Amino acid sequence: MSDLSDLYQEVILDHNRRPRNFRALESATHRAEGYNPLCGDRLNLYVQVDGDVITDVAFQGTGCAISKASASLMTDAVKGHTVGEARELFERFHHVVTTPPDQPVEDLGKLSVLAGVREFPVRVKCASLAWHTLKAALAREQRASTE
Amino acid sequence: MTPSAATAANDARTSFDVETVRRDFPILSERVHGKRLVYLDSANTSQKPQSVLDAMDDYYRHANANIHRATHLLSERATALYEGARAKAAAFINAPDPRTIVLTKGTTDGINLVAQSYGRSVLRDGDEILITWLEHHSNIVPWQLLCEQTGARLRVAAINDAGEVELEQYSALLSPRTKIVAIGHVSNALGTINPIGEMIERAHGAGAVVLVDGAQAVPHFAVDVQSLDCDFYAFSSHKMFGPTGVGVLYGRPSLLDAMPPYQGGGDMIASVTFERTEYNVVPYKFEAGTPNIAGVAGFGAAIDYLSSIDRRGALAHEDDVLAYATERVSEIPNATIFGNARHKAGVLSFVLEGVHPHDAGTILDSEGVAVRTGQHCAQPIMDRFGITATIRASLAIYNTRDEIDVLVRALERVRGVFA
Repeated sequence: MSDLSDLYQEVILDHNRRPRNFRALESATHRAEGYNPLCGDRLNLYVQVDGDVITDVAFQGTGCAISKASASLMTDAVKGHTVGEARELFERFHHVVTTPPDQPVEDLGKLSVLAGVREFPVRVKCASLAWHTLKAALAREQRASTE
Repeated sequence: MTPSAATAANDARTSFDVETVRRDFPILSERVHGKRLVYLDSANTSQKPQSVLDAMDDYYRHANANIHRATHLLSERATALYEGARAKAAAFINAPDPRTIVLTKGTTDGINLVAQSYGRSVLRDGDEILITWLEHHSNIVPWQLLCEQTGARLRVAAINDAGEVELEQYSALLSPRTKIVAIGHVSNALGTINPIGEMIERAHGAGAVVLVDGAQAVPHFAVDVQSLDCDFYAFSSHKMFGPTGVGVLYGRPSLLDAMPPYQGGGDMIASVTFERTEYNVVPYKFEAGTPNIAGVAGFGAAIDYLSSIDRRGALAHEDDVLAYATERVSEIPNATIFGNARHKAGVLSFVLEGVHPHDAGTILDSEGVAVRTGQHCAQPIMDRFGITATIRASLAIYNTRDEIDVLVRALERVRGVFA
């Protein structure tokens, strides 16, 4: 196993302690519930889309540090972007966290702190739960599951 | 069959010595992430002694053939191993006769067998099935399926804050409508030992048939199905130092005889024509298809192994390690233990405030400590205590106080990361 500090980087611990956009969003035009049956973690995601732009995004729920930090970082990353850009970012993020650790991956800026989960295969679902939930919300599906 | 399979375990020990026991389990010398393995996940599945590994290997090397069928020597050896394990299982739980032992895939399979064979032929609309809040999903969902099929209703006896069944409420839920009571002997999530002798007596008083899920009991202490007077008792090999994919369903002979087959296939029939099939006798009626023969051979060796150790001594040792673990974890400032029943076996379930159990599990793993984190297939218990998951350290005969010290040091590391 690689060093734990690759997984629990300060950015992740910070977003776990003080998650950004951690609230309900009554005006949301899209919402979905994400569920990880392995650990029971649940996440409610709220997305406000005006025209084609994600003008606000927020989440609530319970989860481990990885899933909470990932959701928090995601909300920062997609806010102000178009739905198409968010979908594209989902694909790029998904590629980063599922590529074997010995292979290079693109730099996704702040989101790259989550690349550490590649060393911990059972934790990949924690990092991707929020993103699957975002994808489901944008597709107007009510539920997303990591299974 | 070559006889070496169980001989390692045959020298009866007069008193329990944990270091001797540890040497019987090769995997305990394994290193994980460069650390000594501290295996605290035996309620999930236990490790296997050398004699069990040998028994399965010997079977494939010297006895591999199908059972109950062929006239050749290997088939005789395989059949002797298979039926020998059944007889050992009967003696292990003091069943009156090997005929009362149905060999299954595991506890879940046994419970589903009772639900679908006994339950489906007996239950009617408006009947009730009573379980407790402590049940594993495998002792909930088969009954929910049965309720959907028959119109019966599932009732659930509550537990108190210590994680003990509320006996008065349990009794109040028993009525002439209660046809089946299904209760765990020991809770996998909290470790509570239920007073099942009394619970069985009360259920019988209401005229119900009682199934006991014994998966978490048999690894820890001796079980006597005749003195318990239960109607069904299901357990798994893999939680009692045997291989996965094998289990036992004990059934009261009069009930087993009257029950229809569970699955159709080879070995469960006496004669087959396209017009009519006669079923084989109990227990073969419930054992369709070629079973997990190697696994059953290993299961037989696991029973021999448990029979060779001083089980009272082993239980006293486990209780000592559990008490020590409870004390040490209680001392951690942000730890809360769930499940403080007066009678417990082998399980310490807890949370660290401010740390999700999943994160703790990853950090503990990096220190070589294997625990389970999550809902433990017992979501209603988590809901009862308003939590989503716990860290569960579960013990077997081979764990030591030293290992608890390693756990506690690793938990300090967890606290350090999330400080």
